[in-house]
Amino acid sequence: MSAVMITRKVRKWEKLPGKNTFCCDGRVMMARQKGVFYLTLFLIVGTCSLFFAFECPYLAVHLSPTIPVFAIVLFLFVLAMLLRTSFSDPGVLPRALQEEATFIEMEIEAANGNVPAGQRPPPRIRNVQINNQIVKLKYCYTCKIFRPPRASHCSICDNCVDRFDHHCPWVGNCVGKRNYRYFYLFTLSLSLLTIYIFTFDIVHVVMRSVDNGFLNTLKETPGTVLEVLVCFFTLWSVVGLTGFHTYLLSLNQTTNEDIKGSWSGKNRVQNPYSHKNIIKNCCEVLCGPTYPSVLDRRGLTQEDLPVPVASAAPSSSSSSSSPVPQTTHAVLCLQKTKAPLIPNKRTPDDAKPSIAASAQKSPSPKEENPPAPKAPPLASPEMDVETSINKDKTH
Amino acid sequence: MAETHSLQDMRQQAAVAAKVFIQRDYTNGTVCQFQTKFPSELETRLDKQQFEETVRTLNNLYAEAEKLGSQSYIEGCLACLTAYTVFLCMETHYEKVLKKITKYIQEQNDKIYAPRGLLLTDPIERGLRVVSCTSVSVLAGIYSFLSSLSHVSTGTWILSQTLSSCVDRGHHLRRQKPD
Repeated sequence: MSAVMITRKVRKWEKLPGKNTFCCDGRVMMARQKGVFYLTLFLIVGTCSLFFAFECPYLAVHLSPTIPVFAIVLFLFVLAMLLRTSFSDPGVLPRALQEEATFIEMEIEAANGNVPAGQRPPPRIRNVQINNQIVKLKYCYTCKIFRPPRASHCSICDNCVDRFDHHCPWVGNCVGKRNYRYFYLFTLSLSLLTIYIFTFDIVHVVMRSVDNGFLNTLKETPGTVLEVLVCFFTLWSVVGLTGFHTYLLSLNQTTNEDIKGSWSGKNRVQNPYSHKNIIKNCCEVLCGPTYPSVLDRRGLTQEDLPVPVASAAPSSSSSSSSPVPQTTHAVLCLQKTKAPLIPNKRTPDDAKPSIAASAQKSPSPKEENPPAPKAPPLASPEMDVETSINKDKTH
Repeated sequence: MAETHSLQDMRQQAAVAAKVFIQRDYTNGTVCQFQTKFPSELETRLDKQQFEETVRTLNNLYAEAEKLGSQSYIEGCLACLTAYTVFLCMETHYEKVLKKITKYIQEQNDKIYAPRGLLLTDPIERGLRVVSCTSVSVLAGIYSFLSSLSHVSTGTWILSQTLSSCVDRGHHLRRQKPD
């Protein structure tokens, strides 16, 4: 069966490796599992709607109309921060293209020298000196790069993220350099909103009970019970989380570094990124420059699609209605695709390396398309003792 | 066929050898800076001073983008108060400086690097990880040489086939001719 190659323009997000889902033609970027995010959204919107429906009319009349107004402002701010955290690029580092990966491999081989057969090669680590402290940069076998300091590979999203904090299922995305401030403001404003709703629920119940009695109040406004329950349980977790992140912020640390204990303990390296001043640390993270995304999601690139040239090809939407005449058959180029074109959503695990290879090759259609080069064999993570131990640790 | 495979391998190796990657310099922390060390592969092609000047200017531009000054604080606070909706209409300071950097790299390519057969790529296209310097003239030279070789070899083959078929035909006709 021969195939005709037609070239079409696609957006770069369609060819990005990794386990992210994209919406709105690449403008929105999230992780694959979004169920808990929908739950978060439902809880926030649901509880606030109950508050506006049951409490606000009474409080606006009997106390002050500014109470619902402030609640609306706070609610909109919380939603804005949540959506900004969930939908933005956390600071994903693009994978190395073939030439860069080969160049790094050659550098590593040169540095290692000759390893006797049967022995494991040394772990791929680069030492750099940052502010008079030695920091180790690890090699990422998936992305084929030496990770910058503070970057880490998220196994859920299958990306290296700069200044990786953690992967938050409540938000449905990783929290990294680009969206950490939105995440912090989200937890802070959500704590305020929860405390606000909880307080005014209690005030409302007390004020109404004085007039009508406690049980009658609960019968008139059944939503209050639900709100109080949700707020009570949310309060402990969200306020605790805000406190924890405020502590990390003041020390300019990430959750990842805190869990691994990178900067704690006597014999360990001290945090070289901290300014040793709480205010300066907070200002840097919250009010510092907004980093742009280095993933060009909405850029255009070319893609070669095979269109089978057979007499009966009714399902092919891109081919013309009339079959290609026999005489032009010989003239058309006969090529086979290198890897199956599987969209981002349904990437099976065994096709991952081929996706990475095709994603790296497709952005450079102008260059020649040579077959796989005879580069030195790329070491697998299993050959490296340290990565295999670390894999067990992270799980 | 084996001939074309080896030619393509040579092309790939030539492509690999013709690129130099200037890595990041992390000695000042996570700020975006590139190493000013002059790569040995470019010794014959480029002046050391010019290369260092280019990388130093790039580093200064990136430092300007990431500077923690009053301007970045004001921008941050204003954005926070408007729930970051102000960025829908306004460009961030970092993006403005990135545009400046793209222009500068283009300028450097036109003035200094292209006349020497080199091409610098903007690091934003590589995730701000490397500045890659491609040797365009070497590539072009190798490609043209290899393609001309392949043309010559194909031409020779066709010629030989034609000649042999003519010779066969001649033999055939001579046999048919009555003596």
